[in-house]
Amino acid sequence: MKAIVLMKQTPDTAQLSASMDGLKLMAEGGPRIVNPWDEYAIETGLTLAEDHGGEAVLLTMGKPESTEAIKTGLAMGCKGATLLTDDAFENSDSLATARILTAAIQQQGDYDIILAGKSAIDGDTAQTAVQVAALLGIPYLGYVAKIEAIDFDAKTITVVRAIDSGRETVTSSLPAVVSVLKEIGEPRYPSFMGIRKAAKAKIPEMGLADLGLSADEVGAAGSNVQWPEVTLPPAQETQLELIEGEPEEAAKVLVQKLLAEKVI
Amino acid sequence: MANIWTLVEHRDGAVDSISWETLAMARKLADKSGGSVTAVVLGDGVGELAQTAFHYGADSALLVDDPALKDYRLETYGAALAELAAARTPDILLMGASDKGREISPFVAAKLGVGLASDALDMDLDGDSLLVTRPVLVGNLIAKITFSDAKPQMASLRRRVFPALEPDTARSGNVETVSVTLPETKTAVTGFEVAEGEVSLNDASIIVSGGRGVGGPEGFPTVKALADVLGGALGASRAAVDAGWIPYSHQVGQTGKTVQPDLYIACGISGAIQHLAGMKTSKVIVAINKDPEAPIFKYAKYGIVGDLFKYVPALTEAFKKELGK
Repeated sequence: MKAIVLMKQTPDTAQLSASMDGLKLMAEGGPRIVNPWDEYAIETGLTLAEDHGGEAVLLTMGKPESTEAIKTGLAMGCKGATLLTDDAFENSDSLATARILTAAIQQQGDYDIILAGKSAIDGDTAQTAVQVAALLGIPYLGYVAKIEAIDFDAKTITVVRAIDSGRETVTSSLPAVVSVLKEIGEPRYPSFMGIRKAAKAKIPEMGLADLGLSADEVGAAGSNVQWPEVTLPPAQETQLELIEGEPEEAAKVLVQKLLAEKVI
Repeated sequence: MANIWTLVEHRDGAVDSISWETLAMARKLADKSGGSVTAVVLGDGVGELAQTAFHYGADSALLVDDPALKDYRLETYGAALAELAAARTPDILLMGASDKGREISPFVAAKLGVGLASDALDMDLDGDSLLVTRPVLVGNLIAKITFSDAKPQMASLRRRVFPALEPDTARSGNVETVSVTLPETKTAVTGFEVAEGEVSLNDASIIVSGGRGVGGPEGFPTVKALADVLGGALGASRAAVDAGWIPYSHQVGQTGKTVQPDLYIACGISGAIQHLAGMKTSKVIVAINKDPEAPIFKYAKYGIVGDLFKYVPALTEAFKKELGK
């Protein structure tokens, strides 16, 4: 069994504070992390490898410093990783990113499943994994809360999708792109041995030429959306009104205030 | 003159309210540019939905009525919409940023090789070209998105940021029934369990949430009682979910749901940045917390510093009386 886990390095929103706003965090920030949603994808890949034999490997597009997040994934137990990095990839939109990932996947040889997190907390588009599936022409299973059954010989998978209206059970052929939710299982911590091994790992890199792509398919040139303006959200001008008094009395006051707000 | 399409999303004929909100947004853009709005209805036995779409502001409708579209599947719905859009090239193609919309739209954009902005907070036109405002970094930044000339320009609209039009039953329009070539399917829906008896966080106009201060699973009925009397949904912080007090489906925040209700009542929630990211744009926030220094109070309009197990039941009782329940 071979699982390819799509993983992105992102800023850590836990570092946001009065002195570290979103713009500063994106530009400089502190240590980058494995995109929180992707940790669940890594966990899923590792669990499948344990249960069925085989391996989970990481595939990341990003700047050279993404090796930090990749090493976290390796320390968790992934058996290999490839970093897709090139100046030409800068400012790729989700579809250009999907093109780059797809070209790399097609060079990976046989694989059984591609795993992804629900979205990346920086771009927040939740588009790339679907687009990889669309470009590869394989099924996409999103919002997966549980893998109910998987048979790598018969090449079938049955999953539970936690969607707006309820829980849907879907059976699909493999390979497929499977995007998982937190319910799939808490990610493990990197082991001590894993951290030592990952620290020494040499991460292979691939660029534009290695992937057989042309410069007008990637980066800003290969993208159909641009984001010329990124700003802080308007400051919320909320004046806190503390309601004081014993519970019954305070409750009466608050109820009247909320009725006057017309939010009930 | 922007020719705008919107997808009417439904489950077995029951339309998701986000579709009418999206249709209203399309109407706004079309009116600005002297263009038109076409509702796209995909399904099995769903012809009536096209009529309803006229009531909500569509000028015309494209209907694909096919037994193969009975169950929603990305591969069939995505292929149908991509085929229609490729053949007729609307200028703009919109849908709701629902679970379905957020997978159909990137699928179609990839098949057509066009640009997409998901989860829009607002949309506008620059000439006939779409402009989208959307959150990034879980709402800690706002990005303006512009599009290349590749058509259609695509976007999905976040729930509850733009109101649907009041339905006007006098409105009507032309329904064009079309057939599409659907692909051999590789997926099959084999079961569905409706989330019954629970108000969905996505649609809720009122949410009452509990956090670490709730103390344990036995504390949540107190919070839920308030949600119930208000007809609201029950939410939770990551701390409460990770402690196993309440299922993940209730989690609001960075690795849970992003919500924007009219009223958000946070009970025993300190207001970690990851939780705030999921709810701070709620219209009115009420915080009930023992700790007067809790960050949640910075975002709250009304606050009570005190024991939630005293104040929340008092609020529930007061609302019961007031609302005659």
